[in-house]
Amino acid sequence: MLDFPRWKVWAVWLTIAVCALLAVPTFLPANVKAGLPAWVTAPRINLGLDLAGGSYILLEADTNDVAAQRLETMRDTVQTEMRRGSPRVAIGDISVRDGRLSFMVRDVSQVDAARERLLPLTSGVGVTGQRDWNIEVRDSTRFVMTPTQAGIEQAIEQAMGDATEVVRRRIDELGTREPTIIRSGTNRIVVQVPGLSDPQQLKALLGRTARLEFKLVDVNATDPQALAKGQAPIGSQVLPYPSAGAPIAVKRSTIISGDQIADARQEYDPQTGAPMVAIRFDAQGGRRFAQVTQQNVGKPFAIVVDDQVISAPNINEQILGGSATISGGFTVESANELAIALRSGKLPVALRVVEERTVSAELGQDSIESGVLAGIVAAVALMVFMVVTYMRFGIYTSLSLLVNAVLIMGIMALFNATLTLPGIAGFVLTIGAAVDANVLINERIREELRRPRAAIQAVEFGYKEASTAIFDANITNVISAAIMFAFGSGPIRGFAVVLAIGIVTSVFTGVTFTRLLAADYLKRNRPKTLNL
Amino acid sequence: MRPLKLVPDHTNIAFLKYRVVAMALSGLLLVASIALCFVNGFNLGIDFVGGQMVRVSFQQPVELDTLRQQMQGFGIEDATIQTFGSDREVSIRTPLPDDTEAADAAATRLRNGIQQAYPTSQIGAVESVSGKVSAELFETGAIALALAMLAISLYIWFRFEWQFGVGALFALFHDVVLTLGFFALTQLEFDLNIVAAILTIIGYSLNDTIVVYDRIRENMRKHRRMETADLLDLSINETLSRTVVTSLSLGITLGILLLLGPDVIFGFTAAMLLGIVIGTFSSVYVSAAILLWLKLKPDSFLPKDVGPQGAERVRSKELP
Repeated sequence: MLDFPRWKVWAVWLTIAVCALLAVPTFLPANVKAGLPAWVTAPRINLGLDLAGGSYILLEADTNDVAAQRLETMRDTVQTEMRRGSPRVAIGDISVRDGRLSFMVRDVSQVDAARERLLPLTSGVGVTGQRDWNIEVRDSTRFVMTPTQAGIEQAIEQAMGDATEVVRRRIDELGTREPTIIRSGTNRIVVQVPGLSDPQQLKALLGRTARLEFKLVDVNATDPQALAKGQAPIGSQVLPYPSAGAPIAVKRSTIISGDQIADARQEYDPQTGAPMVAIRFDAQGGRRFAQVTQQNVGKPFAIVVDDQVISAPNINEQILGGSATISGGFTVESANELAIALRSGKLPVALRVVEERTVSAELGQDSIESGVLAGIVAAVALMVFMVVTYMRFGIYTSLSLLVNAVLIMGIMALFNATLTLPGIAGFVLTIGAAVDANVLINERIREELRRPRAAIQAVEFGYKEASTAIFDANITNVISAAIMFAFGSGPIRGFAVVLAIGIVTSVFTGVTFTRLLAADYLKRNRPKTLNL
Repeated sequence: MRPLKLVPDHTNIAFLKYRVVAMALSGLLLVASIALCFVNGFNLGIDFVGGQMVRVSFQQPVELDTLRQQMQGFGIEDATIQTFGSDREVSIRTPLPDDTEAADAAATRLRNGIQQAYPTSQIGAVESVSGKVSAELFETGAIALALAMLAISLYIWFRFEWQFGVGALFALFHDVVLTLGFFALTQLEFDLNIVAAILTIIGYSLNDTIVVYDRIRENMRKHRRMETADLLDLSINETLSRTVVTSLSLGITLGILLLLGPDVIFGFTAAMLLGIVIGTFSSVYVSAAILLWLKLKPDSFLPKDVGPQGAERVRSKELP
């Protein structure tokens, strides 16, 4: 039991040395770190937002919204598809209701032709190859298209993927450092921005869908009372127009959408000096814009963002060159925000902030300082207590506690784990577990000494007898750490990670490392009795 | 210099003689805790009920009543205002309107209002959790707690005997309920960190229970003819020194953390400290005493009265 082969001794010290080296970069000051190659500084413990300060935002998409939008899009596609090509298929009574799209083919003889045109609009999904829409014909002329579950899931998946990308671009535009943006579950996105202590701007930016549309103003709908009630002629809709103070009616069909924007910048109006947003269309958008403005000189058109009219200027002449400006009561900030949102693309689905946690850097700093101080004081008190209780073996225990701390930090650095406040608590707790393992062993040695047994034998039996209890006790902790990690969220996970690492290291230091020290002492000094 | 021995050698306290008293006390505490949980309820943090929390540090101590009135002036209704750590640190909790924009507006009103009334104050943290997320957090927390208890008991049943599994499960239940009772009594804020604390208490209490159980099992093999009660007493006495030293070590560590540590983990450390006291008590009285009532016999580790693994055991019984 106390015979250590040389390689084992080396392995133990090597493990400790490697972990110590891994732990070092975390504690280097920033200016030293800058001068070192990346592979040296790569392993480090990241500080959680609760310690370093920063914002955590959980965004959630309304998946019903995705399904609804998909139906709307399909309605438009079906309409265009039936009109296009010859012969034209006349359809009517098209409606979206109860999550289905239905329409009637006016001429019974065209039903087969209509079906032919619909099929390419749907496609297979996933491994099973199930279609994303079911098409039925009822009463020989009524088509009913029902989205399948697999199709909806795929659409949500895609929308979330795109949304995450847009979120990433928008946050990058803000110039914040090292943001983390990850998808979570089916319809959530986690955004973590270290150092950001006022996330208002970020939230405003992420809350915007930024769907830009240019639409013609319906000049016939002028009755303010009808507009106030939201009544508009067929083919038009009433939209709020905050800077004019009253809603306005615009044509439903969109002339140009935000997809055709190449760039958007915040600029100043050369005449009035007011902030505005200058946008540049891509080639196709530019051509279309030129064409539309040519056909509608003298008429007003509306610039609509997220179903809100920003401005409705008159078209004075054909606009060539593929650029346009949006002005209308902007501040520099709001113009800049709109420009960023437009430039980074529209969100395929609206996102809502469902959880936000922001910690200011000062508070984080305070917490970590008092955490570290308390940790050091607690560790010292514990060591004194151990030495007073177990003398020489108390020193071994104290050393093993120190080594334990180094090992935990080294392993956390190796995995680039994040240290949070509950993590610090977990750290302290694993020190507790390490103490218990040591105490169990030391008490067993005492018992054996009372029997009485010779020093070497007492130590040997002590380690052997205590090991089952240590094993069982630690397994139960591993079980609860694993469950905390699997089912817990946020802080609980941070705690579980440290606890799990700590259990492994505490067994190593408590059982192997102290045994090594004790064996060395016994071999060198051959004591007859132990002062324990 | 002699080492410090808190528990003298050859200590022999008849612990189980007082088991009826101890169990009565336990039962009383259990009933009281459950009653408190229902009567007082918990001071649930926004993690579990949703809402918004703003932590403000003021330069000077502030009157909570004044602050409460000012809140209403800002148009913030139903604010829960508490100090934590010192009387210059205040947390203001408000319900969160369902609508995102309204919620943002309310947060801005609160922030601007405070900044105007107390220009030197600092907003340390803002947290907001929507009702949906908080419900999920509550659910995952409860599931984690229940699963941990179950998994641990199962492990003990496998490693020891069914009586031990039942004893451990009951001890766990005891510790968790008493800790919950403590939170219902003190109205300390109950948030996600506390769930972690309770899980840790479970872990710790089991640590303790297992050390005692391990010794009981060992002694059962050694002293086959001993009366169960005496055997349990012997085992508890033999491990008493370890129990005292470990509990004291953890007590020292947590006590220091409670006094010097960051305010954010105050509730957490308080729960842990309490858990150690309850856990130590339960591993001596609850989990060991239950073994007696479950008719654990000194020869339990040799067979017969064990249901599930009977077959294997019967064979070993035949051995001399």
